[in-house]
Amino acid sequence: MPEALLEVNHLKKYFPVTKGLLNRTVGHVKAVDDISITLQPGETFGLVGESGSGKSTVGRTILRLTDKTAGEIKFKGIDIHSLSPAELRNIRPQMQLIFQDPYSSLNPRVRIGDAIGEALLDHGLCSKSEVRDRVLEALEACGLSSYHIDRFPHEFSGGQRQRIGIARALVLNPELIIADEPVSALDVSIQAQIINLFSKLQQSRGLTYLFISHDLSVVEHLCSRIGVMYLGSMMETASRDELFKNPLHPYTKALLSAVPIPIPKLKRERIVLKGDIPSPVNPPSGCKFHTRCPYAQEVCRSEIPEFRDAGNNHFVACHLV
Amino acid sequence: MFCTGLLILEFGYREEEADVAVQSNVAGISKPQTTKGKSSLFRQSLRRLLKNKLAVSGFVVVIFMFALCFIGPLFSPYTDNKINMALMNKAPDMKHWLGTDALGRDILTRVMQAGRISLTVGLASMVLSVFIGALLGAIAGYYRGIADQIIMRIADLLLTVPSLPLLFIFGALLSEWKIPTDYRMYIVMLMLSIVSWPGMARMVRGQMLSLREREFMQAAVVLGLRDRRKLFNHLLPNIIPLLIVMATLNIGGAILSESVLSFFGLGVMPPTPTWGNMIDAANNMIDFKDRPWLWIPPGLSIFATVIAINIFGDGLRDVLDPKQKR
Amino acid sequence: MSDLMNIDGLSTYFFTEEGKVKAVDDVSFRVREGETVCIVGESGCGKSVTAMSIMGLVEEPGGKVTHGKIDFQGEDLLQMDKNTLRAIRGNEIAMIFQEPMSSLNPVIKIGEQIMEPLIVHLKMNKKQARIRAIELIKQVGISRPEQIADSYPHELSGGMLQRIMIAIAIACSPKLLIADEPTTALDVTIQAQILDMLREIKDNSGMSILLITHDLGVVAEMADYVIVMYSGKIVEEGEVVELFNNPKHPYTKGLLKSKPVINQRQDELYSIPGQVPNPLELVPSCYFHDRCEHCMPVCVSQQPQLKEVASRQKVACWLYEEAVVHA
Repeated sequence: MPEALLEVNHLKKYFPVTKGLLNRTVGHVKAVDDISITLQPGETFGLVGESGSGKSTVGRTILRLTDKTAGEIKFKGIDIHSLSPAELRNIRPQMQLIFQDPYSSLNPRVRIGDAIGEALLDHGLCSKSEVRDRVLEALEACGLSSYHIDRFPHEFSGGQRQRIGIARALVLNPELIIADEPVSALDVSIQAQIINLFSKLQQSRGLTYLFISHDLSVVEHLCSRIGVMYLGSMMETASRDELFKNPLHPYTKALLSAVPIPIPKLKRERIVLKGDIPSPVNPPSGCKFHTRCPYAQEVCRSEIPEFRDAGNNHFVACHLV
Repeated sequence: MFCTGLLILEFGYREEEADVAVQSNVAGISKPQTTKGKSSLFRQSLRRLLKNKLAVSGFVVVIFMFALCFIGPLFSPYTDNKINMALMNKAPDMKHWLGTDALGRDILTRVMQAGRISLTVGLASMVLSVFIGALLGAIAGYYRGIADQIIMRIADLLLTVPSLPLLFIFGALLSEWKIPTDYRMYIVMLMLSIVSWPGMARMVRGQMLSLREREFMQAAVVLGLRDRRKLFNHLLPNIIPLLIVMATLNIGGAILSESVLSFFGLGVMPPTPTWGNMIDAANNMIDFKDRPWLWIPPGLSIFATVIAINIFGDGLRDVLDPKQKR
Repeated sequence: MSDLMNIDGLSTYFFTEEGKVKAVDDVSFRVREGETVCIVGESGCGKSVTAMSIMGLVEEPGGKVTHGKIDFQGEDLLQMDKNTLRAIRGNEIAMIFQEPMSSLNPVIKIGEQIMEPLIVHLKMNKKQARIRAIELIKQVGISRPEQIADSYPHELSGGMLQRIMIAIAIACSPKLLIADEPTTALDVTIQAQILDMLREIKDNSGMSILLITHDLGVVAEMADYVIVMYSGKIVEEGEVVELFNNPKHPYTKGLLKSKPVINQRQDELYSIPGQVPNPLELVPSCYFHDRCEHCMPVCVSQQPQLKEVASRQKVACWLYEEAVVHA
């Protein structure tokens, strides 16, 4: 069994809720509540969920942009959260992040050539004379041209800025790329361009993706394995084909049926959930989804369902499966 | 000069000469971005600044005052400041355009010489307070922790003490310790900057705190950039516009404070002229009523300079305010 | 079905330091009674500005409705004086926006915000208005309406706030509801709820909806009639089934092809090359020409007009001009 590139074991990230003058901790926002994911090299894993699901927090905690509360994160066998700051800095080029907002993820006062190339210099990955070539190569791989190199972010459109963000991550030759909603802020026609770019890069460079999104149709296109999160917990994980053909968890079924499909007058079984997504400060007891689940039983209210293999590497956390 | 230096740093000394049309994303009502041709930030901001007639006139007045005070005396035949009692307290006439003072010295020349001192003190104290304030504020905002606590408590202390009385105490001490008048000017600069660096530090720290959380700084962390690069290449360029505006407005305040101090005899002492102590020379009812040429020229100079600086500073702020850029 | 609103030659320009932006350029369409019309397009196409122009929300200086006529129940909205317009807004024409968080006043209780149009337009007194407000909150699917009526906006989630927005909008039983990207900021399961609710309200009251969106899936679910905009102009319009099954304009075709659809996987997504043109640099031509795979010489120099090519289907494209194609 080849060593997994990324191993997330029982990850928990709780944010304290404070009250009063002395900032007493009165509770916790359980943003990530026992999540386990394994990524093999070359795999693309899609992490899907709505607001409050904790999917973005998972991404950031993996990269140690924020500290974990419990659990283990191993990148190529190395425990990320036990590294010293210097060791962490050294390993960063191998795991990169692509942000959602193309407008705020680039420093408006730094020319994009510098923005892309500076990490190379700081890590001593190449000499000063080689930097320009590496930057040009990354720009080209992302569909931008060389005359863009001395420009500022405000001169580019949203789609182009996202390409710049991708080039910035790519130039370091990472093995793992975590993409946090990278196309959500883009227009439909540009989304398609960027999705294709992700696909092409993955094939040509053998990248491993953790693709975070709320949009199942995007994730279906790019990912080989998909995990569905709700309020910090993993509800279902399966290969792409399995998940779409045979969704087992009621939440997954509801998600799939809620996505508007561009076929007018389409007759399909709609599961419209009742109520709102509960607040992560006060999640429901037992199965977190029971308050909105059309099939909820007594046991769902009282016991947390176990995340088990329902066969075919298809994992679900539901009492009714 | 410092301001110009900062301005150059801010806008970069390379201009992009692209002739290729630049695409932009117009979302509904928001303003569309640049078009083809020279599109550097500098030119954009400069164009906008030039449209603000008030700011431009402020700038012109400031330049005029500087020119008058630093170049003017070269054309005056009265720069030796000789005391001539025969010419005492004469009203303005063809030989002395602004009249003479109690010691027979030409007012116009004195105003210009005083301007040199007042403007220099104002500028120098601004440079010092920006340097100290920005440095400490940046350290406090970036590193947080103990450094932040110490620096901010000292700043808070200084901020809670009203500045003018504090300056008066310093000024009185200067006289007590019989500091030679030549050195007083430099000490006054120091005093003024001690009193105004906390305000600077606070603002810079605030900017730092909010910038640190911006997504491009998170990106910098993920890229594994070194602290030095994060501070100088990423954070500093975003703070400079604020610094420029604050520095400009600070000069006006410094000139005013120095004038007040010197008026009360606690700042720069005669015979070195400053606008403040020139006004003091008209500190009695007779001079005030019957010889307005003694105090109006220096008073007007302070007034005009400070207002012009403030107007220009406001214009700068309108142009460099990041909220306007999008 | 008769016409409820008829827009003729609407043009709204924005005057910026860099030049004039024709956000809406000679747009004409109509909304019939009981019909849902969707305006679909990407950022910068002018769909939101169209909605704002109808409601009179375009402010001078900076923006101005320069030409056009909006015929609503026999009167031209653009020529109305302020008071008449105010009597119509919230009463006969209502609008809901994309961000419910910023559309509600954070310091006024929910109940009072719903009561406001009832008191102002329907001249109810406070008691009657409160009863009706509670009813409305129930109607938009919120449980414990009395409690919600006494809450403040920050205590509610995005989905609930949007429901409240809808409650305020339908309070006076408007003839037309303008919804500007009402579900874009919401989660997909909440979106499904809101769209269902809008459909139900429409079926029950015969209200017309003008729905602005960029999501073709939402269009397919909600629309009776679709208008596709690009760079301030209408490039295609038609009944929803026809438009989706038989798109005529290359842009519409491109949009439909490039949207990833569940269970319809492709190896590579079709994507429209290039970008939306800079609105300050538009020249007389078909604005889509530099991204169009069927671009012909005439497309670069002349702007195609919107022509009817089938019953209730119109396109603005040189491919459908008989004379040109066969030239």
